[in-house]
Amino acid sequence: MEALRIESTHKTPRVILDPENGIFEFSGRSIPEDSVGFYTPIFDWLDGYSKQPLPVTHVRFDLEYFNTSSSKNILEVLKRLEAIHNAGYEVRVTWYYDEDDEDMEETGQDYQALLNLPIELSVKVQS
Amino acid sequence: MSMTYSYYKNMQLNNIIFVYQGEVTADLVSSILQMVENKLEGEGEDRKVKKRVFNVMVECLQNVYHHLDALPPTDPSNPVRDKTALLMIGREEKDYYIITGNHVMNDRIPEVKARLDRINRASKEELKQLYQEILTGTGFSEKGTAGLGMIDIARKSGQRLGYDFHPVNDKYSFFSLEARVSRIPEK
Repeated sequence: MEALRIESTHKTPRVILDPENGIFEFSGRSIPEDSVGFYTPIFDWLDGYSKQPLPVTHVRFDLEYFNTSSSKNILEVLKRLEAIHNAGYEVRVTWYYDEDDEDMEETGQDYQALLNLPIELSVKVQS
Repeated sequence: MSMTYSYYKNMQLNNIIFVYQGEVTADLVSSILQMVENKLEGEGEDRKVKKRVFNVMVECLQNVYHHLDALPPTDPSNPVRDKTALLMIGREEKDYYIITGNHVMNDRIPEVKARLDRINRASKEELKQLYQEILTGTGFSEKGTAGLGMIDIARKSGQRLGYDFHPVNDKYSFFSLEARVSRIPEK
């Protein structure tokens, strides 16, 4: 299957879903009014990938902000990754946050609590 | 023209850094967010405070965009004729405040009021729990939002939400919502 690459905008994150190397990335901000419209192609892609996932998939979430409607869609992304994990494949999710950004840290903890999926919280190195 | 100075003075006295009255579109919401973000950036506000203000602003503005009620412009009881609202951002010594104002239909008031009262009564821990319940609960509301906005605003604000319903006519009231974000970063 083909990689899915979406460049970031002022309102939507950069998304890379690379099935050849099993490297996924969501970075930037996610504040679209129509978050369902933005995430639907991502769900479809992940549904395809979950049929033949690689033994190990690395997923990087490096988000600056997101709105509440995105938070529900991000949960849906994570649920699809959880399903791959539950099917016996390794899925390594890293949730990055700025050192002083307790809100983003707490959101990562919320997702950890809600899912049966290893999510590692990691402080982003300041550039 | 004589009003110009009094508008200016009034905005200055009330520490208003941005105010908009008019139709609310997706493009407008984007422009306002970008403009206020640049302004916060330029004034060297604490990064964490800036992020929180921006977050609360996104939710407040998108909340208005998704939920403001408008009757067909031809309906004689429609006081606004289009999707207009008031958006206001101010900076005081201790807090930023974000105020939105829009028309709501009177029959929706009890539901909105009950939700806000529930949020204002909840502790930090209860808000977190409520947020998680809605996040994992049933899908999106018909307008495509997750019903999480107000809770998120309250969590990020850490203060009670102010609100008011001002009667306009037998069908409409003007609903204002105020969220405050402290400028003093927590340790």
